[in-house]
Amino acid sequence: MTASFFSVVIAIIQKDLQAELRSRELVATMILFSLLSVLVFSFALELDRVAEEQAVSGVLWVTIVFASLLGLNRSMAMESDNASIDALLLAPIHRGAIFAGKLVSNFVFTVAVGLLLMPLMSLLYNLDLLAWWLLLVVVLGTLGICVTGTLLATMSLQSRSPAALLAIVQLPVVLPILLAAVIASNGIIGGTPNSDWIDWVQILAVIDVIYLSLCFLTFAYVIEE
Amino acid sequence: MASIALEKSKTSDLELTPIPSALKILTLITVFGLLGTLYLGLVNVGTDVEQGEVQRLFYIHMPAFFGAFTAFGATVFGGFMYLTRRDPKWDRLAVAGVEVGLALSTVNLLTGIAWMRPIWNSWWLWDPRLTSAAIMVLTYAAYLMLRAGIENPDTRRRFASVYGILAITTVILTLVIIRIRPDTIHPAVIGPSPQNAQGEFDATTGVVIALVPALIFYSTIFPITLMWYRIRLENLFDVLAQKKAQVLG
Repeated sequence: MTASFFSVVIAIIQKDLQAELRSRELVATMILFSLLSVLVFSFALELDRVAEEQAVSGVLWVTIVFASLLGLNRSMAMESDNASIDALLLAPIHRGAIFAGKLVSNFVFTVAVGLLLMPLMSLLYNLDLLAWWLLLVVVLGTLGICVTGTLLATMSLQSRSPAALLAIVQLPVVLPILLAAVIASNGIIGGTPNSDWIDWVQILAVIDVIYLSLCFLTFAYVIEE
Repeated sequence: MASIALEKSKTSDLELTPIPSALKILTLITVFGLLGTLYLGLVNVGTDVEQGEVQRLFYIHMPAFFGAFTAFGATVFGGFMYLTRRDPKWDRLAVAGVEVGLALSTVNLLTGIAWMRPIWNSWWLWDPRLTSAAIMVLTYAAYLMLRAGIENPDTRRRFASVYGILAITTVILTLVIIRIRPDTIHPAVIGPSPQNAQGEFDATTGVVIALVPALIFYSTIFPITLMWYRIRLENLFDVLAQKKAQVLG
């Protein structure tokens, strides 16, 4: 182990951000998808004023989850396309650092989509989504989605149809996160008192910690080759 | 569980072995256990005052979930052992656990649905616990999809082990959800809960006599016997693959 854990993590994040700044492939796809998803939902549900308030957190989270699937697939495929994952594995670095690095860059891209959706949906649905608590829920929820997603996207990449398999293995695992995030967001957007939904923010944080430790520990077994 | 898994290692030497006498005895116990617990639940215990005959489903419903829990627990154990020891026999235990667990949790869901129709007047409700139980079944179905999607056997075993460990979170969620979501209408059987105030499952001695043996049988002997047969089947697949390779090679 020559390089320290954190310098490796930072190097991987830097690499991913630089590649993304030059190609703008990943974030552009995710943002365009999110815009389309928001539009599709407002047509499909024929939202009126009352229905908007009830459906908006569902629309927000479904969009984030599906956008993350797109991003995760692309981000992990980038590693295998030019066999750059092999170079990473050859390097004398901690496997956990690779996980942490990929996780942070996936998280940055996905949370960027979430942060864009908040003002955008406030505008389109004429509701106030710009609350600090909602920001916290978006950050925690996206973190949980990216934690399991980084692990599972690495796995599904080895299969014949990575995109389909990622969706199938990822969605049931993120449902507990969605459950907590949607209820908390509903409470925040609906303006109910903190005591009604604060438990759900805590549950969300607990699920994140459980998934983070499980995925961090098992990632080394997924990428050994 | 370790001792059972060790017994299974005898059958992993890639030969068609006759059914060991321990398994024969276990099968006999399972048949009698199944008939015995059914008798206790369907005949011996008195009819529920409020719900009538349909309440008898409960003596299969809850034990089946416990059996699924044991089987999914075996998957976690098998996955952990495979990742540390790299012996394919542990992966066979894991896949046997998933299939037996899926079967038992399907029994759990179906008996729940059959009970729900007359009692809650609906085939399905988006109740937190029903939802989490459905999520659980889907997660383990995804486990089988993951196995089917990856061709390299070593990679498949490794990934399945990791996913089997990750998937246990949905089982634990199903267990704890009635504590964290008090708005569920699924009755909590053990411990205090707001639902029990309505007296839905007031456990009388008759209920205990029918329920406790079923719980013990379904959470130990029943899944173990099924998993053992499933492991033997997996061994047979390996023998078949080997013979195929011999013929073709």
